[in-house]
Amino acid sequence: MSSGEEALHGSAGMPLALRGPAPPKVVAGFGFWLFLLSDIIVFAALFAAYAVLSGSTAGGPSGAELFDKSRVFLETMCLLASSVTCGFGSMAIFRSNARAMYVWMGITFLLGVCFLTIEGREFASMVAAGAGPSHSAFLSAFFALVGTHGLHVSMGLIWLIVMLLQVKTLGFKPMVTRRFYCFSLFWHALDIVWIGVFTIVYLGANSGHAG
Amino acid sequence: MFGKLSWSAVPFDQPIIMGTCGTIVAVLLGLSILIKAKGWWPYLWSEWITSVDHKRIGVMYMSLGLVMLVRGFADAIMMRSQLALAAGHALGYLPPEHYDQIFTAHGTIMIFFVAMPFVVGLMNFAVPLQLGVRDVAFPVLNSVSFWLTAAGVALVNLSLFVGEFARTGWLAYPPLSELAYSPGVGVDYYLWSLQLSGVGTLLSGINLTTTLLKLRAPGMGYLRMPIFCWTALASNLLIVAAFPVLTATFGMLLLDRYCDFHFFTNELGGNPMMYVNLIWIWGHPEVYILILPAFGVFSEVVATFSGKPLFGYRSMVAATMGICILSFLVWLHHFFTMGAGANVNGFFGIMTMVIAVPTGVKVFNWLFTLYGGRVRFTVPIYWTLGFIVTFVIGGMTGVLMAIPPADFVLHNSLFLIAHFHNVAIGGVVFGAMAGYTYWFPKAFGFKLNERLGKATFWCWFIGFYLAFMPLYALGLMGATRRMQHYPDTHWQPLMLVALAGAVVILIGIALTVVQLAVSIRDRRANRDETGDPWNARTLEWSMPSPPPVWNFSVLPRVARTDAYWEMKKDGVPRRGLPVSFAALHLPRNTPVGIFMAFFAVILGFALIWRIEWLAAAGLIGAIAVALRESWKTDREEVVSAQQVAAFERAHGTPEYYLAPAGDFDGSLEIGHDSRRVRVATEGES
Amino acid sequence: MNANIARNICQRNTPRTGSSDAHAVRKWARAGGVLCAGVLLASCREGVLDPRGPVGQAERVILFDATTIMLAVVVPVIILTLAFAWWFRADNRRATYRPDWEYSGTIELIVWAIPALVILFLGGIAWIGSHELDPPKPLVSDTSPLEVEVVSLDWQWLFIYPRERIATVNRLVVPTGVPVHFRLTSTSVMNSFFIPQLGSQIYTMPGMTTQLNLQADQAGTYPGISAQFSGPGFSDMRFTLVADSSEKFATWVAEVRTHGGVLDSASFAQLARPTRGGGDLTYGTLADDPFGMVAQDHMATLWSPKEAL
Repeated sequence: MSSGEEALHGSAGMPLALRGPAPPKVVAGFGFWLFLLSDIIVFAALFAAYAVLSGSTAGGPSGAELFDKSRVFLETMCLLASSVTCGFGSMAIFRSNARAMYVWMGITFLLGVCFLTIEGREFASMVAAGAGPSHSAFLSAFFALVGTHGLHVSMGLIWLIVMLLQVKTLGFKPMVTRRFYCFSLFWHALDIVWIGVFTIVYLGANSGHAG
Repeated sequence: MFGKLSWSAVPFDQPIIMGTCGTIVAVLLGLSILIKAKGWWPYLWSEWITSVDHKRIGVMYMSLGLVMLVRGFADAIMMRSQLALAAGHALGYLPPEHYDQIFTAHGTIMIFFVAMPFVVGLMNFAVPLQLGVRDVAFPVLNSVSFWLTAAGVALVNLSLFVGEFARTGWLAYPPLSELAYSPGVGVDYYLWSLQLSGVGTLLSGINLTTTLLKLRAPGMGYLRMPIFCWTALASNLLIVAAFPVLTATFGMLLLDRYCDFHFFTNELGGNPMMYVNLIWIWGHPEVYILILPAFGVFSEVVATFSGKPLFGYRSMVAATMGICILSFLVWLHHFFTMGAGANVNGFFGIMTMVIAVPTGVKVFNWLFTLYGGRVRFTVPIYWTLGFIVTFVIGGMTGVLMAIPPADFVLHNSLFLIAHFHNVAIGGVVFGAMAGYTYWFPKAFGFKLNERLGKATFWCWFIGFYLAFMPLYALGLMGATRRMQHYPDTHWQPLMLVALAGAVVILIGIALTVVQLAVSIRDRRANRDETGDPWNARTLEWSMPSPPPVWNFSVLPRVARTDAYWEMKKDGVPRRGLPVSFAALHLPRNTPVGIFMAFFAVILGFALIWRIEWLAAAGLIGAIAVALRESWKTDREEVVSAQQVAAFERAHGTPEYYLAPAGDFDGSLEIGHDSRRVRVATEGES
Repeated sequence: MNANIARNICQRNTPRTGSSDAHAVRKWARAGGVLCAGVLLASCREGVLDPRGPVGQAERVILFDATTIMLAVVVPVIILTLAFAWWFRADNRRATYRPDWEYSGTIELIVWAIPALVILFLGGIAWIGSHELDPPKPLVSDTSPLEVEVVSLDWQWLFIYPRERIATVNRLVVPTGVPVHFRLTSTSVMNSFFIPQLGSQIYTMPGMTTQLNLQADQAGTYPGISAQFSGPGFSDMRFTLVADSSEKFATWVAEVRTHGGVLDSASFAQLARPTRGGGDLTYGTLADDPFGMVAQDHMATLWSPKEAL
């Protein structure tokens, strides 16, 4: 414990814990981090369910038979690229450069739509081939896990549209830039979750998950 | 058009339910007429319903919990009376199709809609005040959280009159809770009401964790936080970590029921054991979410009313955080009998016992806080002493059942029921009552009636033992839980004693209501003039009762634990001084909370009854409300420096040592060790 | 010993607020203690505290030992709580007021050590007990075990004797002194097979097989229940275990073979229909392997609520 005098005087070198209430941006960011962590725990539960049920194919198709690795690679590239463009967009926001922001965030949006389209088609083709979620526990777990991620991506895209509208109508107010900061955290977190998904679900399907 | 909903959903042929319905409708109608006649509606709307003030929200949570206590307890009385009657060949008055809903509702309501609101309400009220700040991190989100919990309450109560409730027990294990064996809407009511209130709770957990970690008065390092704040931190960290698992698990069960998925079904590879694991991975931390703040209340109460600091503060902090982490490592003890094998059972049994170590440390530290003190036997101390005595018994039976072979003969018996009521009532309820009595003067400006408070305590204490000690015996005799009738007539006397105990507790609940009415009537006589009626130790007592919306006109500077006690010891003038104030920016009240909850109820109800268009309308409405709120730029109102100064002068009481006027240069003094340090004040954060 | 435990567990200690209350409080506490002692003594005549087999006996020993060890801590804690509170009450000027005393290294050490030591000891009991009394672990015996397969239905119990090729419903007959090896499953929802006077229970789950080993050392009729809630007929889901000498058991088996019905898929389907309780039935002939059918293909049954309620 630092001596009281230091604690009560000045800010240089004072431990963070003693400086009093943090500024709004820090508070908002921290709160959003906690939300992201809680969201990741939702995914953790879904991953756990997937791990338990990945072998329960009930005589139906297994992951190895269903997954198309080239599609997955394309999806991954879309999402990773969208994270990069989102980063550039965030830099534009930091510099209050509206035009650059629209461009980069627009590309982010399009890449997100590409990802969702590829994934949507994958789901549709699986359902058409009689491998929909109601056909086995494995398929239920797959659709729930990957589908939840896709749902988060969709919500992120809606959020992005809302944010672009807010910049258009309200300008680069602190309230707006804070939210954009939270959006970019969300978007990057979804990327990280996707890495988990393709590793455990798609790559994992080729090694050792017998039907 | 209306999905599964039709007039047959209303149980017109059941007099008990229709009678209850009639009573509730009459009460609501009467209240509405009263409110309208007296013109209270504008006040209620602008000061309470749309409030984003953590103090108001805390009071609303407590009120919600108290109202639902009545419903949950009505279920309890019905269960006890049914069992008192249904011995031998008698079948009682509640056939299984009703009885099974009643015990499910009892557990669900007591945990989610009584205990959680009590605990969250106390934390909401006290934490920002103890931290020396103006509000929680996200005040508007706080309002949304409360109203989402209220939305869950609305759905649970709707299930009484339109449709049915789950008949599965409060955790709704599959396969029983799957569509195949519970095709009605009961489990859907259960799932959706808990999903909605679960979102509210999770947001509240994020809110309070951020507040505790990022918003504290200047100088308040972690080890200078009041102990209640530490337990609140542990509890909220658990909420953030555990509630998502509940959301995901219920989500999976909903997918099974609605979209023909097979997570937990019997056919096509589903695995009900996985549900049991997941739900208890949430379920065990949940009970620690409830008990840790209660421990915090007792720590504050015992220190205040012994006139001594809490013994072993750092030990208590370590014990609290230890319990927090350990609570995630014990979940399997809820199903030792599922057959996981000796190594797994043994591991979880040992981990469960390990949690008893920090808990035991806490008990000893409370003991040694009493030692060497000057103990004032106020109502909160009664609850504390009753808690220590009762909780250690409950803890003992818990550690007993943590030994897997012992659990093999006691699992799911009435012994188990007695154990968890022992710790839930002895711990959580007694803690909620102690906190309620302790902080009531701060919230409302007058004390509760002491005599009625003591009478309430004795009713709960005696009633608890009468109601649950027979259940320990019955469990040992081979009685299992959730029985609707039993053949052994010689168990009936014990059931009757248990019923008597429940009635005694009922008197206690009635006395709580009476106490409130009498205290309101006598509020002028019991007024808290000083803001510090208990001669307490933490910062919330340094303000007038009730505090102004902005809590602290000047954020206190903290140099030690028990900051307010130090201020008093060193004779720091509290308020009403010619200190210079700055204008304060406060978040505006907003109806977004209640509007979102309204659409949430519509969404939930529509999903339950499979009315697609209505569900879409609810979802769109909720999103629209959120979007509209997010576009608002005028979110703050300003309290001018003059207003603040006027308030302070009106409430200033030169009770404590006041420095001579000439010394004042606009600074606030805080004693530190034996020296005085002059510090420039800061108008606002 | 039971009475002491009872009195200690049940003693309703009440904080003494003053000498005027003290007498009334002591009177109530004594009355409460006697009541509790009586109640707990009553519970010794049946159920878990009156085991009739080795498993239950071992478990009772654990219950008593663990409770005694913990009471050695719990009782002093309760007494100290009330004693401290009373002695250091505000108007007792004989007590020393130590307003700044908030830490003592020695006390901290003791305070962490006591629970730790107790838990160390109990943890050992838990680990050893878990292994020795693990349900699938065969019982030590000279006789080879009797095999019984258990299927929990809605809401009655089917017992299949695979070697004897007979089956019964709701009434389980076993020879005394012979270990019984159970294999259990369920047709629909989770249940728990429990005979309190013989010891451990185990869940029955659809599509899964669990195992349990029990033994009845004394002849008698022992009630059995389901200990996991399974629907509207749950409370009726009771069965009895009848233990008698090996000769009587053999006679009974022969009788069932002669007079019992046939258990084939049709009669099994009839059994699997929602029935609350049902009577005691016997089957002298088994077609196929009903247990295997349920456990592996999980011949799960569906019932409509109207039928069930």
